[in-house]
Amino acid sequence: MSGLSAELNKKLGEAVERMPAFPKSVQKVLELTRNLDCSPKVLVQVIENDPVMTMKILRVLNSAYYSLPSKITSINHSVVFLGLNTVKNIALSIAAIGILPKKNSADFDVNAYLLHSLTTAAIAKHLSGRVGGSDPMDSYVAGLLHDFGKVVFAQFMPEQFKTALEKSQKGEISLFSAEMETIGTDHTVVGSMLAERWQFPKPLIDAIRSHHSEKAGDTVMSACVYAANQISKKMKFGFSGDLRAENLPPAVAKHFGGNTSLDMLIASFEDGELSKILEQANQFAQIDAS
Amino acid sequence: MKIKFWGVRGSIPSPRAGTVRYGGNTTCIEVRTDNNELIILDGGTGIFPLSQTLLKELPVTANIFITHSHWDHIHGLPFFIPNFIPGNKMILHGALDPVSGRGVEQVMGVQLQYSFFPVREAEMKASIEYISLAPGEKVQAGSATVTATMLNHPVVNFGYRIECNGKSLFFTGDHEPYANIYSPEDESYEEYSMLVEMQQRAVLDAMRGVDVLIADSSYTIEEYPSKKGWGHGTFDSCMSMADAVGAKILYCTHHEPTRDDDELEHVFAKALERHPRREGLADFRLAREGLEIEF
Repeated sequence: MSGLSAELNKKLGEAVERMPAFPKSVQKVLELTRNLDCSPKVLVQVIENDPVMTMKILRVLNSAYYSLPSKITSINHSVVFLGLNTVKNIALSIAAIGILPKKNSADFDVNAYLLHSLTTAAIAKHLSGRVGGSDPMDSYVAGLLHDFGKVVFAQFMPEQFKTALEKSQKGEISLFSAEMETIGTDHTVVGSMLAERWQFPKPLIDAIRSHHSEKAGDTVMSACVYAANQISKKMKFGFSGDLRAENLPPAVAKHFGGNTSLDMLIASFEDGELSKILEQANQFAQIDAS
Repeated sequence: MKIKFWGVRGSIPSPRAGTVRYGGNTTCIEVRTDNNELIILDGGTGIFPLSQTLLKELPVTANIFITHSHWDHIHGLPFFIPNFIPGNKMILHGALDPVSGRGVEQVMGVQLQYSFFPVREAEMKASIEYISLAPGEKVQAGSATVTATMLNHPVVNFGYRIECNGKSLFFTGDHEPYANIYSPEDESYEEYSMLVEMQQRAVLDAMRGVDVLIADSSYTIEEYPSKKGWGHGTFDSCMSMADAVGAKILYCTHHEPTRDDDELEHVFAKALERHPRREGLADFRLAREGLEIEF
């Protein structure tokens, strides 16, 4: 099975509704919302650094109810459209669900996952700004959400996902292929089908769907997400559950000039740029020890 | 089209000697189409005296449009007398609450709970229908077309444009002009500015060319800095908006509850000085409880 049945898609969608967000953002949202005059930009920053919160707020905004002529991808746009207080209260209701447990029975490290997602997002944004032709913030959101399917697996299909993780880490097989073997589908399919179910903008659905496929070459944004994901893996920024970094397929590479390899693309970053991205992501991924 | 203001006060009913001329009831506007069909904008306490006048024209069909669910725009609804009499019909329109996920029925549901009001909804004798509108949605209310536009307030707030027989009116409910949450040196400043401009344009387009604009002018420009983010406009922001959309007449409403009549007239006159009128520009007035206009 390469797709998801309508029933499973619906079931997963409902399960995600109840899925808690990451510890740091839950803590920050609770802290910020205790103050009536909380800083709007800090609130946006907290939401933008949490894939679960971002996913859920975009879900509200892009639902059929609002039938917006152009879909909304950014949290800033959500704030302009819905108002700060409404976004704040949606965030608060997500925070009230609880905290995504660090330990799950799939042994999937959600903090390392978050760090991988945040760095992929920031690198995708950077590449998109450099290449042009796609909105850097849209690329950021696509990078943040590209692996959302994995956290869904970890939460709702932990045993099969654990087997897939082990298979991939032991052998010469990528995680998405291992997922295919043990679950019958992979995280690109689950992530993109949730995005589709929630009527996210098509470029965002495509970027999630194609981030392990040559099809990522079809658009600048998908190519940036593909490349950013591989850079983050190669640099070992966090951990996505997959040790292997793949080289860029020609269709993706052409967006970065001729036959750019992954190593060449990494080398094209200015000194300290990638470590700055890691440092910023770290600030959000790690919960304070205090 | 005819309009009558039944409540022009913001936030909380404010009856006292100092507010006798402009009135202390909270937001409620009666609109009549040329066919005398009844449209009511918001159900603040002003809806109670309005509903008493309806008893002489039973049975009534009331097309009520709620701008948003804050108390001062809904707390007269349980006292909408026609709801207790069989044969009447109330069609309540409003937004869905994206936080609770519930539709406009929520505004009645929360108020008609046993601890807060003696009559349950099931005991009301009129037919009650709820229509949750989407932003941008158009609905028919008798011979009038009503369009909902998303505005800027701490809770989802629809401005409504009513059009009938070539006449039009726009009521904002509560609305604060959009502002950038970033400082010019922030990375997201420009992106946010662009989004704000886009949204602002959509809002002005929704009001464009109306005969009557009724807008939330709670504050003076001196008061505004300490009330930023509360979701209300100023006299000056409403006047600029009326000129920008080419409205024929602007009624400033949602008067600040602590502002007495003399002070209200004084601050309005001050704002007027900053927006001098000449031929072809909108006429600016203060909304007053009991005021009736026909256009």
